[in-house]
Amino acid sequence: MESQIAEITQHTGGVIGVSWLMIAFPLLGAFILLVFNRFTNRWGHLLGVAMSLASFVVAVLAFFELIGFGEEARRRAVHLFEFIPGMPGEPPMVDMGLLIDPLSISFALLITGVGSLIHIYSIGYMSHDEHRRRFFAYLNLFVAAMLLLVLADNYVGLFIGWEGVGLASYLLIGFWQFKPSAAVAAKKAFVVNRVGDFGLLVGMFVIWTTFGTLAFKDLAAQTSGVENGTTLAIGLLLLLGACGKSAQLPLQSWLLDAMEGPTPVSALIHAATMVTAGVYLVVRSGAFFFHEGSGAALAVAIVGAATLLAGAIIGCAKDDIKKGLAGSTMSQIGYMMLGAGLGPAGYAFAIGHLITHGFFKADMFLGAGSVMHGMNDEVDMRKYGALRKVMPVTFITFFIGYLAIIGFPLLSGYFTKDGIIETAVHHQPVLGWLAVLGAGITGFYMSRMVFMTFFGQKRWADDAHPHESPAVMTWPLIILSIGSIFLGGYLILSNTLMLFLSPAVGRPAELPEFHFTSVPGLATLALVAVGAAFAWMRYGRVEVPAVQPRGNFLTTFARRDLYGDALNESLFMRPGQWLTRIAVFFDNRGVDGLVNGLAAGIGGSSGRLRRIQTGFARTYALSILIGAALLTGALLLVGNI
Amino acid sequence: MNTIPAPTIEYGTLAPLLVVFGAAIIGVLVEAFAPRYLRKAIHVPLTLLSLFGAFALVLVQVLRGQVATTASAMGAVAVDGPSLFIWGVILVLSFVCVLLINDEGHFVASAAAVPGSADEEEAEAEGGGGHTEVYPLVLFAVGGMLLFPAAHDLLMMFVALEVMSLPLYLLCGLARRRRLLSQEASMKYFLLGAFSSAFFLYGTAMIYGYAGTVSLPGINEALAKGSGLDPLLMLGLALLGVGLLFKIGAAPFHAWKPDVYQGAPTPITALMASGTLVAAVGAVLRVFWVGLGNLDWNWRPIIWGVAALTMIVGSILAITQTDIKRMLAYSSIAHAGFLLVGVMATFGTAAQNAVSLKAILFYLAVYSITTVGAFAVVTLVRDPGGEAGHLSRWAGLGKRSPMLAGVFAFFLLAFAGIPLTSGFFGKYAVFAAALNSGTQPGDSMGGWMAGLVVVGVVASAIAAFFYVRVIVLMFFSEPAADGPAIAVPSTGTVAVIAVSLLVTVGVGLYPESLLGVANDAAHSLFIR
Repeated sequence: MESQIAEITQHTGGVIGVSWLMIAFPLLGAFILLVFNRFTNRWGHLLGVAMSLASFVVAVLAFFELIGFGEEARRRAVHLFEFIPGMPGEPPMVDMGLLIDPLSISFALLITGVGSLIHIYSIGYMSHDEHRRRFFAYLNLFVAAMLLLVLADNYVGLFIGWEGVGLASYLLIGFWQFKPSAAVAAKKAFVVNRVGDFGLLVGMFVIWTTFGTLAFKDLAAQTSGVENGTTLAIGLLLLLGACGKSAQLPLQSWLLDAMEGPTPVSALIHAATMVTAGVYLVVRSGAFFFHEGSGAALAVAIVGAATLLAGAIIGCAKDDIKKGLAGSTMSQIGYMMLGAGLGPAGYAFAIGHLITHGFFKADMFLGAGSVMHGMNDEVDMRKYGALRKVMPVTFITFFIGYLAIIGFPLLSGYFTKDGIIETAVHHQPVLGWLAVLGAGITGFYMSRMVFMTFFGQKRWADDAHPHESPAVMTWPLIILSIGSIFLGGYLILSNTLMLFLSPAVGRPAELPEFHFTSVPGLATLALVAVGAAFAWMRYGRVEVPAVQPRGNFLTTFARRDLYGDALNESLFMRPGQWLTRIAVFFDNRGVDGLVNGLAAGIGGSSGRLRRIQTGFARTYALSILIGAALLTGALLLVGNI
Repeated sequence: MNTIPAPTIEYGTLAPLLVVFGAAIIGVLVEAFAPRYLRKAIHVPLTLLSLFGAFALVLVQVLRGQVATTASAMGAVAVDGPSLFIWGVILVLSFVCVLLINDEGHFVASAAAVPGSADEEEAEAEGGGGHTEVYPLVLFAVGGMLLFPAAHDLLMMFVALEVMSLPLYLLCGLARRRRLLSQEASMKYFLLGAFSSAFFLYGTAMIYGYAGTVSLPGINEALAKGSGLDPLLMLGLALLGVGLLFKIGAAPFHAWKPDVYQGAPTPITALMASGTLVAAVGAVLRVFWVGLGNLDWNWRPIIWGVAALTMIVGSILAITQTDIKRMLAYSSIAHAGFLLVGVMATFGTAAQNAVSLKAILFYLAVYSITTVGAFAVVTLVRDPGGEAGHLSRWAGLGKRSPMLAGVFAFFLLAFAGIPLTSGFFGKYAVFAAALNSGTQPGDSMGGWMAGLVVVGVVASAIAAFFYVRVIVLMFFSEPAADGPAIAVPSTGTVAVIAVSLLVTVGVGLYPESLLGVANDAAHSLFIR
């Protein structure tokens, strides 16, 4: 028996009462930077950082105010305004408000905290870019939209934020739009996300027609906890949305290309925050549509397990450091989805992993950015090697992130990932053991990345002069790596996070206890060790070829992203192109023919009619006379009918 | 010995009218006695102040909630809610038009001089600033516009019609550039206007013959008693209709509009396209709804045909126009048709009439202010020989002057009735009112109303084409090498454009603001 989820209480006053400031600050920042344009060039980045930090401060204050309430009262709804008014005399259709509860405040802290660090890092990273101000405007826009996504107390607000982060993501992936590859990648992300957004949107339609509300509070009262055809359909539609945003199978293909964006973007949006929005959506909707044991929840878990393997396999074959990390991100979000598909028992681990992943993955992305910063934006790991000596801070922080992600005992990732695996083995044994296998692969590809980048021989390009990055870039790395060490243990060991989250998402009747020596845990460690050792043999001990070897069919399979793009192209793009060709043909011949014919007809009659306008007053007078005669005649006729 | 009883005049109620006419007469005196160099300096504040004062007086009546419930001046003038609304609109419009008129260079120095002659050159060199008679003439015209829709009997209406029209005939001929075109416009307008006035007067005589009175409620009463099939009545109705429909420029009585709009000085065109149209539609409403209210099943089919024809002719002919002012003239014809759709929408209950009236008043207000803005922009795009009228000269304007072109594009979108502009809500309100009236029980025109709305929507689609074509021309064509210069706008012109834009945008975003005022005005309906 799971514990009851707390009721949502209306709240006014205090910091929570003005929690909209969290969204307003970065939104204002984006507005100022975009509207006042180049006048803000000199101090624009500082404003961006300040706005993000201000938002973080509000989040922290709201957090402390929230934990001041008793556990049953920790879901505070703040009413903002009537968004879509109802019919006269009826209550509004959609009220816009914020929901501050343990789940949303956790996200808010992650978004503003890690977000602020990445803002600071970007000051250094983007210092040579002439459009740095615009970059910060987009970052601020992203933070505002992401906060709206997680703080809104209804699906409409969530959706607006959802689209907002999609927009920010699009703008930032294509930030260097002069590169065709970046422009294409941005478009791809946009199009693929559209498929997911469509799912979310249709899901919202069905929710509205079924329950007549889109507010979480009302849904909590109306959903019964029993799955039927409708809620299953809603669940699957929401899952489609989650797959799009979180790059889960089958909508994963955009994330790897999204690495065309500047590295801080990859760290913030495409690793730490935005791509986890799908997990948020599933967990937030958990009580409504993804009950423990429901078909929708099972689908979530299956998608998660499949993606965690696919991402890991892709990660094994990438020579581009950012794409390797992107594959890893896919994989780690797969873990979170798996956890989110397990019901309340898995939520705390999924969110826990989400938070720790936010730290260690941002840490590694920023580390990769630091490496690129020192290597003339080189991303090919085959051109790296032996960098640990010239970039000691980057190396150490990256290494900590690495240990965290492979689940080295006592680091953050160890606790959260192991929590997911153990719960999965308990609830869905098959998926659970697949997750164990995935952990082994993670051990391999992450070790490969570290060995290729920081160990071995120099394979640098001739003009590369690697150097450590400035302090404004290394300090965020240090802070993130500290979180990567300790956060997991703090959150998981005494079930801190699970207890904290339970008013929002529920919890299992029996609190889990962390076993250091459970069978799946030991098996995971063993497989990780094997993977790391294998990587050492292939990439640490021997010289790494500077040119990519041909590789066997498995390698090619992984290099081509498991033929995801090929699949999309043959299944959707080509038939789509044929469809558009047919549509264009029909449009040209049929519709345009009709329209053009009509237009030509109208134009022709216009040309003929205008001849009546002779310019002679006598003709005009005659037309008036004829008109008068017609009017009189018609009136007499009508009168006599 | 018989004494003639002194008429009672409600000076307070009629004050806005009296202020405008009084100022006009003072203006004539100024022309007669003030030295030339002082005249403009006196006229401008006098004109603006009187218009502003009249508007304030209208406002006072509205705000004090003392809208007259009976006709004033011995039943000659009805200052009811709709009248006050229309007065307010006309006064605002004429105020901004006077700001446009103030700009240098629109008016000829001596209208009497033969174009191109030595006389003209001399007058130009001497006077320069143009005729100052313009101001009193405008005030008289405005006074006529105020009286026209408020007239409560047909004779008063005729007087108002002439007071409004005669100064406008003159004003049309005062353009400084392209003198011949301007004089031709003036002449044509005068001839055709006189012709149509004759129709109006003849119709009045016929109706008097039938009803024995020229008072509008009196006519309606007579209709209720009579058979309604009297040839005198039918003839009178038709002829009266011709006179009124000519003024709003409904087809087939529209032919004067393009020629006059093109030839007249653009500020005067703006005044005619806005103020005259508002006044004339007001008069049409009063005659057809009040005077002929009991005959609606006779005149509604006729107006149906006129409305449909007007919308179609206006939209279709606009497509092939190459002059911006002519295009706007045809657009104005099409809009007159849309307004007639609203005029049609009277049937059955007072509630329905109030809805339709509200829609028409709203439409009038938003359309006319956008029109003034559009013509104000036209005054700024200039060739060496005057305004650059030909559309080809507007090509690429968006690249040379993005602000101006953007504003103009926005006005065009408002004309086309694109959402988020005021024009959308105007059209929507009128069409909705028409559909609603068609569904009233017992309306024999039920299906026909829906049909008329379909015609209206199709006409809007055709109209959208030529509006958008201008936008495309401005933004997606290469600018001509020797393209027109954009005049540096005077403060007045900037103010006019800004006010128009503000209303068009503001009402587009918050239609409730103006709809509420229109609703209050329409709620009291016409005095019957």
